[in-house]
Amino acid sequence: MGLEDFAHRFLRRIALLGSMVGDGARLYGHYMALSIRAQMQYRASFIMLAVGHFISTGIEFLGIWALFARFGNLKGWTLPEVALFYGIVNVSFALAEGAMRGFDTFDSLIRSGDFDRLLLRPRSIALQMAGRELQLMRIGRFFQGLLVLGWGAATLGIPWTATRLAICFGAILGGAFVFAGLFVLQATLCFWTVESIEIVNTTTYGGVETAQFPLTIYRDWFRRFFTYIVPLAGVTYFPILAILGRHDPLGTSRLFQALAPLVGPLFFAVTLQIWHFGVRHYHSTGS
Amino acid sequence: MSAYVALFKARLRMGLQYRAAALAGFGTQLFWGLIRLMIFDAFFRSSMTPQPITYQQTVDYLWLTQALLLILPMRLEGEIQQMIRTGAVAYELARPTDLYWFWFFRSWAGRTASILLRAGPLYLIAWLFFGLKAPPSWASAGAFLLSLFGASALGCALTTLMTISLLWTISGEGISRLLNILAYVFSGSVVPLPFYPPWAQRVLNFLPFGGLMDTPFRLYSGHIPPQACWAAIGQQFAWTVALILLGRWILARGLKRLVVQGG
Repeated sequence: MGLEDFAHRFLRRIALLGSMVGDGARLYGHYMALSIRAQMQYRASFIMLAVGHFISTGIEFLGIWALFARFGNLKGWTLPEVALFYGIVNVSFALAEGAMRGFDTFDSLIRSGDFDRLLLRPRSIALQMAGRELQLMRIGRFFQGLLVLGWGAATLGIPWTATRLAICFGAILGGAFVFAGLFVLQATLCFWTVESIEIVNTTTYGGVETAQFPLTIYRDWFRRFFTYIVPLAGVTYFPILAILGRHDPLGTSRLFQALAPLVGPLFFAVTLQIWHFGVRHYHSTGS
Repeated sequence: MSAYVALFKARLRMGLQYRAAALAGFGTQLFWGLIRLMIFDAFFRSSMTPQPITYQQTVDYLWLTQALLLILPMRLEGEIQQMIRTGAVAYELARPTDLYWFWFFRSWAGRTASILLRAGPLYLIAWLFFGLKAPPSWASAGAFLLSLFGASALGCALTTLMTISLLWTISGEGISRLLNILAYVFSGSVVPLPFYPPWAQRVLNFLPFGGLMDTPFRLYSGHIPPQACWAAIGQQFAWTVALILLGRWILARGLKRLVVQGG
């Protein structure tokens, strides 16, 4: 076999892979367009839901503000600094929550036996799952998080250099990946439990609640859980230290802090593997 | 009256069957409680300024919030919602009972069952391992139990109001969502009410939502001394009566324009 032949076959493989990815992206785009069009049929309802979501998630920040008004600081952290944590984690979560709604409501799919239909289609299961619904109302949390993030950054007078911006975007995207991974895990558990189990909420919603504050305020066992097992520290605490230019009492380097959000996609990839394992062991509940 | 008592008993027995769901809820509530405890612990370690409520009183407040979270009017009556959607609500109208009280006692029983199932175990665990203390005196304990009963009636009056608003399906859901958020924040379940600034507290103390959690929890830890309990419980009672009257009025208006579809 000549070198030319090999190169030719290699290129063909790449082209095939590329067209598969492109095809998947196109399909996902279709799904999203459909979902958005469907939700826009009820425009008034959408606006009400989004505004309600904005208020109900934003009102929690008032509580944090009230606590800072009483106590002045939180182990040396100020309110605008905590606003960065709060903003980044809420924006991340809103992205994941909106895009992964299909995984979040997976238990109904399993119980009704409708999951079998997905298995029959010649496309990636995870892609079809993610494409089931794009929840637009989550835009409410997205904007309130962004607002708090903007307020915190403006109050602190953070100089937005290219590096800082990149780290901030990286943290948000990395965080979205971590939460997306948690939704995948939650769905995977349904293969065995059939019902969605509430305890998973402790890592999703509980994770948001936890990561709204710097992780150093918590007990060690708790901090370790959200660093090594559910890697939220990598997408909030470490990158935000780099953005703020603060010294880390845990003694990490700036380079590590800036690259820490990469743990998000990594975590997501691992959860997808677990998901594939679950799909292979799936027994239909029947019709 | 005996019809409502029978209804209450039957729904209570039914509600007490859902033990697995209660167990799952128990784990989640415990975990949340721990997160919140650590956050408040960190705040209390950050400042030497005396606070309007002591550390121990805050711990009691937080754990009681977790144990009794379902006192909040959070969930609509799913079955009634379904009935209104399908038109089966017509059967409800055919009953020889008062519709308002029928719905009221029905949801009171359901709510009491889920509260009973969750509150006990969580209270016990929090008391054994996580710093929850018994009330400082028997008087405080008595005042707490009395106002807990009041809170449960108040929560039920709010839930029934939300249920009734479903007769106007679309806007009804908006109203119940709004009530939901207001109750969640203004009852003190996000941050105990004494931490809010004094001007806000004047408003919060007037609103009905504090009666759901803040009043009983502060009576429990003695933050409101037991001899001052009558004013607090009286306010709960007044709001409950007002909300019941409001609910009955809205229901009467809703039934006047109710059109049941199909057969």
